[in-house]
Amino acid sequence: MSQVITKDALPTESAVSTPIVAAKKPLAIRIWKERWLYLFMLPGLLYFIIYKYVPMWGMLMAFKNYQPHLGLWASEWVGFRHFERFFTEPEFGMLLKNTVIIAVLDLVIFFPVTIILALMLNEIRKSVFKRTIQTFVYVPHFLSWVVVVGIFYIIFGTEGGIINAILEKLGFGTIDFLTDSEWFRPMIVLQMVWKDAGWGTVIFLAALAGVDSNLYEAASMDGASRWRQLWHVTLPSIRSVIVILLILRLGNFLDLGFEQIFLMVNALNREVGEVFDTYVYRVGMQQGQFSYSAAVGLFKSAVAFVLVLGANWLAKKFGEEGVY
Amino acid sequence: MIESRSLGSKIFDIFNHTFLLLVGLIALLPFVYIVVTSFSATSDLIPTKFTTEAYQYIFSADTFTKSLLVSVFVTLVGTFVQLALSCLMAYSLSHTHLPGRSFFLMMVLITMLFSGGMIPTYFVVQQTGLLNSLWALIIPNAISAFYLIILKNFFQSIPGELKESAKIDGAHELTVLFRIVLPLSLPALAAFGLFYAVGIWNQYFNAILYISDPALYPVQVILRQLIILSSGAIGDSSSIETIPYHGQSIQMAVIVVATLPIIILYPFLQKHFAKGVLLGSVKG
Repeated sequence: MSQVITKDALPTESAVSTPIVAAKKPLAIRIWKERWLYLFMLPGLLYFIIYKYVPMWGMLMAFKNYQPHLGLWASEWVGFRHFERFFTEPEFGMLLKNTVIIAVLDLVIFFPVTIILALMLNEIRKSVFKRTIQTFVYVPHFLSWVVVVGIFYIIFGTEGGIINAILEKLGFGTIDFLTDSEWFRPMIVLQMVWKDAGWGTVIFLAALAGVDSNLYEAASMDGASRWRQLWHVTLPSIRSVIVILLILRLGNFLDLGFEQIFLMVNALNREVGEVFDTYVYRVGMQQGQFSYSAAVGLFKSAVAFVLVLGANWLAKKFGEEGVY
Repeated sequence: MIESRSLGSKIFDIFNHTFLLLVGLIALLPFVYIVVTSFSATSDLIPTKFTTEAYQYIFSADTFTKSLLVSVFVTLVGTFVQLALSCLMAYSLSHTHLPGRSFFLMMVLITMLFSGGMIPTYFVVQQTGLLNSLWALIIPNAISAFYLIILKNFFQSIPGELKESAKIDGAHELTVLFRIVLPLSLPALAAFGLFYAVGIWNQYFNAILYISDPALYPVQVILRQLIILSSGAIGDSSSIETIPYHGQSIQMAVIVVATLPIIILYPFLQKHFAKGVLLGSVKG
């Protein structure tokens, strides 16, 4: 959900709303007057500088041959050598393909499922029933990925897993859902849908609740069936929310699902499961190729940055407010 | 006119209710199945005999109880630290006349767009001496930029007259924050406290990245080892063979215990989270 922010977050707004009286006093006095506010801010600022900005500086290691005992400065410069290696490595195409496929599955399966679920919930008139169902479908969102993947391991496992036990009884034999690479993507999508599809309806339901009920009354006076009302009143009313959430999800897709995929990837399904961040972890943390993996990480961050800005620009094109 | 429904409409309603009921059951059943089977003595499809052996076993294993303590400690301390830092910073940034405010806001926003990535961050955590310490699970993610901005907007929505009149009466900035702003924001603070607590309780990757001492593993990491890596027993590796029943019920018991705090908090979560999401949404 971390993509939706009000436009109040725009940093330029303060310049407009600064009181004219305050502007007359010299800056030093105004700063001294608010010394307590700066003091309050200090721990937070230090956090952002140390744990967010110093690592950005540390990205320089992607252009060096970083050796921990030498430190960042003393390590030898190698220019774009790590990037050249990454782009010519066969893994590059594999990572790109896996990431794009999972993102596409997310957009064509997960996203429509949340909308349909929200529309169906919206058609329920008895609020007790509606609230009960909502209470049920929000639960999985709050489980950790370890628990969700753990539950899938137990239920879909080949030894004692209930799904395979049923398949066996029906005479289909066992299916190796967890290590067979053909089942990797369906499992990922199924987990995503089970964990977050219910929760994904929250924003849509809020938007649906805001639709003017006069529109429905007028439509039904004109003899529109519920299906036509859905098509001509409901969907146009929430179109802007759908567009902006779709675009933002697209913009974030490189970071999407890392915690989940990290748990699901193993030696047998790496070919279809490895994405940029799992590759960075394996090559960097486990094999100790710090500079090379930092270069991969930098490439990923840069692409993600362009995607988010592009998505925001697109959202504005569609007449939405945009986010940043 | 509106009341009269066509046959098609009625059929749709029946279908809709049935389908949603099914969806609700699918959302719950896997977890219910895990809970029920964790108390079952046999590994049959339909549980027959009630037993708490699996729970007795995991609580007798030192590794597991320790990891629970780690998780509880990190969640309590972490939630407090994160909430305190976020509140202080959000409060300062909620003053629109503060010199340099837009610069600081920009600083926060940039971190939402661009990050140094896993490897450089790892070295910063290492150099600040947090590796293999429980603080590594708290400090490197101390403030969520997204929650900070929402909290700032929330503080900004508190009428300025309240703060100004207190200041005219000579109240200190600390007094304004603790006696006026925070008490007025209690519902929002409860919501953000829950956000942070669930986030910390559920995190596992930071622990894998920054902690190599098994005595400091939080429960999620133990769970991952136990089920996904299937690294065998949680206690002594020799003791697993003396366990008479299916090892799966141990895995299930661990899942249940690791999820219990979330289940207990769930009624509050549902109420606050939905509001929290809308608090920050575009036009709810």
